[in-house]
Amino acid sequence: MTGTGGGDRDGTGTPAPGVPEAGRDEQPSIFVPDDGTMPESTASADRGGRRVAGHAPAADRAATDGGVESAGSGTQSEGSATTSATGGSDSAELDPDAYDPVDVFPGGDLDLREGADSCYKCTSCDTSCPVAEVDEEFPGPKFQGPEQWRLKRKDDHDIDESITSCSNCMRCDDACPSSVPLSQMHNEARGQYVDEQMETLSREYVRNRILSNYRFFASIASKVPRLANAATKIPGAMTLGEKVLGIAGDREFPEFATQTFREWWTDRGGARIENSDKRVAYFHGCYSNYNTPEVGKAMVRVYEHFGYEVMVPPQKCSGTPMFANGMLTDARRHAETNVQNLIEAIGEGADVIASCTSCSLSLRQEYPELFDIHGIEDVSEHTFEALEYLRIHEDLEGELSGTEFADERAFAYHAPCHARNQGLSRQAVETFRDVDGVTMEDVGDSCSGISGTYGWKAEKYETSMEIGAEMFEHMEDAEGDVGMTECPTCAMQMEHGTGYEVEHPLQLLEETIA
Amino acid sequence: MAIDSDVLVVGGGLAAITSAIAAAREGADVRLLSHKASTLRQASGLIDALGYVPATEPAKPPREGPPTAGRELDRDEWPDPEGPLPDPYEAIDRLPVDHPYRVVGTDALREGLGLFDELTGDAYRGGHTDRNALVPSFGGSVKPTARYPAAAEAGLASDPRPTLIVGFRSLTEYDARAFAGRLEAAGVPFDVAGAEVEFAEAFRTDTKITRFAKALDHDEVIDGTPARKALAKAVGPHLHDVVDEKGGVDRVERVGFPAFLGDGAGDEVRAELADRLGADVFEIPMGPPSLPGLRLEDRLYDALDAEGVRFETGNPVVGIDAKSDGRIATVAVDRKGREVPYGADAFVLATGGLVGKGLDSDREGVSEPVFGLHVEQPADRYDWFVDDAFGDQPYARFGVRIGEDGRALDADGEAAYRNVFAAGGVVGGADAAREKSASGVSLATGIVAGRQAATEATQ
Repeated sequence: MTGTGGGDRDGTGTPAPGVPEAGRDEQPSIFVPDDGTMPESTASADRGGRRVAGHAPAADRAATDGGVESAGSGTQSEGSATTSATGGSDSAELDPDAYDPVDVFPGGDLDLREGADSCYKCTSCDTSCPVAEVDEEFPGPKFQGPEQWRLKRKDDHDIDESITSCSNCMRCDDACPSSVPLSQMHNEARGQYVDEQMETLSREYVRNRILSNYRFFASIASKVPRLANAATKIPGAMTLGEKVLGIAGDREFPEFATQTFREWWTDRGGARIENSDKRVAYFHGCYSNYNTPEVGKAMVRVYEHFGYEVMVPPQKCSGTPMFANGMLTDARRHAETNVQNLIEAIGEGADVIASCTSCSLSLRQEYPELFDIHGIEDVSEHTFEALEYLRIHEDLEGELSGTEFADERAFAYHAPCHARNQGLSRQAVETFRDVDGVTMEDVGDSCSGISGTYGWKAEKYETSMEIGAEMFEHMEDAEGDVGMTECPTCAMQMEHGTGYEVEHPLQLLEETIA
Repeated sequence: MAIDSDVLVVGGGLAAITSAIAAAREGADVRLLSHKASTLRQASGLIDALGYVPATEPAKPPREGPPTAGRELDRDEWPDPEGPLPDPYEAIDRLPVDHPYRVVGTDALREGLGLFDELTGDAYRGGHTDRNALVPSFGGSVKPTARYPAAAEAGLASDPRPTLIVGFRSLTEYDARAFAGRLEAAGVPFDVAGAEVEFAEAFRTDTKITRFAKALDHDEVIDGTPARKALAKAVGPHLHDVVDEKGGVDRVERVGFPAFLGDGAGDEVRAELADRLGADVFEIPMGPPSLPGLRLEDRLYDALDAEGVRFETGNPVVGIDAKSDGRIATVAVDRKGREVPYGADAFVLATGGLVGKGLDSDREGVSEPVFGLHVEQPADRYDWFVDDAFGDQPYARFGVRIGEDGRALDADGEAAYRNVFAAGGVVGGADAAREKSASGVSLATGIVAGRQAATEATQ
């Protein structure tokens, strides 16, 4: 990806808007805020680095692309974890001139031409779209993606407002036989719509900003969890939320834990196992921290059982709710902190583990698709979902075979859409298949319908529940009356629709091996 | 550490599922890896075995001369294919000797279809006979096919009952009157008429077929009327549209709809419509987006689950990770940027043909991207095709060659690896589009590859 077009572009100035000079392979797609709020270090890497890098001697380019290239052929193997990351303890200072050159589209447009060209209109994406299935007003992922992208090239059309009805479940990515980057196109269009067409004083904007910045409000609420929990239960509080903010009044607000995961971690004195050969950095995300610390605790105990040293680096929101609401500038700000801290952990030999499948998908897929933050590719390559990682690196089957629960336990398992996209939709069912006394029933491939913040919006609540209806039905048909899923918001929806208690597979794994 | 299983099947379509289940039934621990959601959802849902035997020699000897000059010479001419065939089995001997059916044998086709019948149960018809059924398909042609969804049963072209074909203005790619005209032109033994009705108009013009299916599944109230009732009401006035030879007016005895009559509750939707219309109701299989394909996918993946096959969708197998002693030990799976090794004692490649991306091509040649298996092809690119678009196109038969045990062969006709088998569209030698043999080839090669892979793995 080096050099291509770099010299030419410098000679001819900026290209005409929307006319990419090279294909998607040569130009990593990135989102850069229009308002110039991009941090200085990244800016110089983008703009200055491109000119210099082409002429830089090979030795100077050792740190290129977060050190991936310097690790040579070993980058894909397990052992490379310690060598492939820069930003480790001994190389805190990075030379911006030595980064890979990246091309920045004027106005932050992504070059998605190759993706648009790959679409042959088979409409598999439309057929897989849970929103289009219940709402005929939604024109579907094919329009939101390649068609709208092409329209935009021809003329400066506005983004169609219907983009706000896309729930970012990303099932279209998985359905496309031609690998069109549909969700990337949707993310870009949504970002543009919010930036250029949405009134920032509108109730919808304010509401979406609040929903997508859940972490900010959760961090305040968790300072006074009991008060916050009580406040959401004051009669009329949710009705008020609906009236004033357009937040679905029928939803039960999630409970805040009286002790956050991070507080517990600090009280506990951090990691109990030190192991420089087996290290993981836990990306707990907001929900495990503020609302379900038991998931985080299970993660720590399970990983320590397998001899891992668990690190808990400072972190912010993964960006999932922000992508879904087109708040790309917010997402980028959080991503910068996350990448910086995670890349440091990777430098110390850790892989990044998330217990929420949307967090892991965001770090793995949306980050490198949308941002060009230094080291972001490295974070993407080193990130795994918690159960996935154990299945790859440990003999989980051997560990679980022969285990037995005295009391029969049956679960109705729902695979989150974002797990599906990472090839993880069957892992919980398969992992617990051999555990005696556990029945794990897959309730089918329907979407839960909540899609993070989507089902929290008053105007989307009905759609969200209609999408979820099939899952509720299948859950009730299933033998078990405890739900199971990896995604916190899917869990909210499952609970909301059936009244079932919902667990995370890590909690069951903790019980099984403990 | 690799993720291990006895047999690893690469692919997610009919051949992959067939070989995975065949292997599992031999006692192997099987894992299926599919890059994307199954391509079955783009398929018509019809299961063909062999509908035609196309000519492999032109009517007169092909033109001489350098390839570019060929444009100036007479175009080569090809005789019409033999068919539609009443019996697929009987014609197999007349296929080219390196056709997959000739390689794996007639019994493999019979057993493959038998397995399919078992897996699909009462959702499919046609298993009662060896003979092909003639099913009207999307666009108005009649397709010789071995198995068809129960939903299409009342529409068979051999059935003499007068027929109404229903269309909707908003479904632009589906013109009911043109469809009926084409059926008539094809000489079907029944009177037929097409009618466009008002129903879909209650929805937005670009409403997805999944939306219609959902509305009918749940009998949603559309503009004050339940969906099924509204649809029957829209069709009612056209039940006498068919005019027979003598100019008399018949009441039709069956009504065909585009295939969106419900998804989960399809049987119920058809039954209620039939009841309201006083005529049998059938679905006409469509191109993508295809509900019959989606339903078949659901059913077959449930079968995988029931057979204990592990399956994973979302990450591609990108190549060989390790091999030794003429065997593949592990393949590399790209999990969002990180390659993870998957190990197995035997592998089945079922990634599809050129359209399914199981074969790759550029100006230099045609290749198989996962294992780098040999793909037989003429050295000169101009020999990849013939002038007549409907002629015997050499490229249509490109693919990996297999032995009678389903093992993938190298350029010398020897096993490329001891433990690599191939099935379905990636296998060369068939011209599936002209023969109408794609599903049968997947079933026949799938059952052989799956069984042999299990034998190889458990030995």
